Amino acid sequence: MTAEEILNLLVEQFGKERIAGANLEAIDPWVEVSPDAIADVARFLKTDERTQFDHLNNLCGVDYCEPDEKKQKKFGHEPHIEVVYHLTSYNLKHKITVKVVLARWKDGQVGSLPEVPTVSGVWKIADWHEREAFDLVGINFVGHPNLVRILCAEDWVGHPLRKDYEFPLEYHGIRGK
Amino acid sequence: MTWIEGRFEENVVLSTLEQAMNWAKESSVWPMTFGLACCAIEMMATGASRYDLDRFGAGAFRASPRQADLMIVAGTVTFKMASRVRRLYEQMPDPKYVIAMGACTVGGGPYFKHGYHVVKGVDLVVPVDVYVPGCPPRPEALLEGIMRIQDKIRARKLGRSAREVTPVPHHQGMAAVPAISHTLEV
Ligand code: SF4
Repeated sequence: MTAEEILNLLVEQFGKERIAGANLEAIDPWVEVSPDAIADVARFLKTDERTQFDHLNNLCGVDYCEPDEKKQKKFGHEPHIEVVYHLTSYNLKHKITVKVVLARWKDGQVGSLPEVPTVSGVWKIADWHEREAFDLVGINFVGHPNLVRILCAEDWVGHPLRKDYEFPLEYHGIRGK
Repeated sequence: MTWIEGRFEENVVLSTLEQAMNWAKESSVWPMTFGLACCAIEMMATGASRYDLDRFGAGAFRASPRQADLMIVAGTVTFKMASRVRRLYEQMPDPKYVIAMGACTVGGGPYFKHGYHVVKGVDLVVPVDVYVPGCPPRPEALLEGIMRIQDKIRARKLGRSAREVTPVPHHQGMAAVPAISHTLEV
């Protein structure tokens, strides 16, 4: 299936308000899905025999934010966070990228992580990918079986790949800078 | 030691106990298998046949800190790893030596500015005897570092009150072009 056919199928299945947008001209054509629908959309894309997306290539978080005030004018994005899912079907040999757009902080409160339903029940590998996105970008995957840090130490503070992250000056008595 | 010279048969070698012990120690510096990142590849190359660390008696990489004399910290030390480095160092029996191999362990290296997770020099965690700079250092540089460790061992004193003098590296450099040898003219 082409990206356009997949988009039409999703809109037909889930309605316009849950499939929030798309860009079919991009090198990897993407479909934007509203956060509450992502688990259903993922399950549909995997199980429906027209799509059969049995392989999750990658799941990552992207932080759109420019902490430097001087560069903010040129930045051209509203501050937000995206979760990007790259899907492939081994049988049908087609690809699609799915995106979910989140606020940088839940309810605008700095420190409370934005939430999105987990897809680890759909693709098993999403378990570790989601832990990584949680660890480094700070996204709370609701319903994840074991959402703990995977790369940083357990007692690490903050999420290092957030653009406004500040380095620790000290960690367990070791100078950091 | 003139009073003792010429009193024994041939093939009897005399030495001081200190020299003999230092000779034994410096000829069997067993490093610990301790590759943390890309520098480890160069450390393996040093141990392999082309550079042959065994020439210095230092080729027996031990998998346990209990059997090792030398910790070659080869690679990026992260904060998560730092406590393990410290513990492994403490588990090594005395006398123990540490080589900081590569820019990362000397002072953060390429991760100095943006590496949120990198310890800016392994000397913040364990005491370092010899620093080998480079990213990664060539095997020759690591061999040089091991020779400096051997210098240090050679300078050890047995006596409790004897002062240990840290040896000045006998590195001569090659600033001048070496004189052309005359052997070819024959
Ligand atoms: S000094 Fe360079 S080669 Fe060595 S561990 Fe660091 S980045 Fe890798």
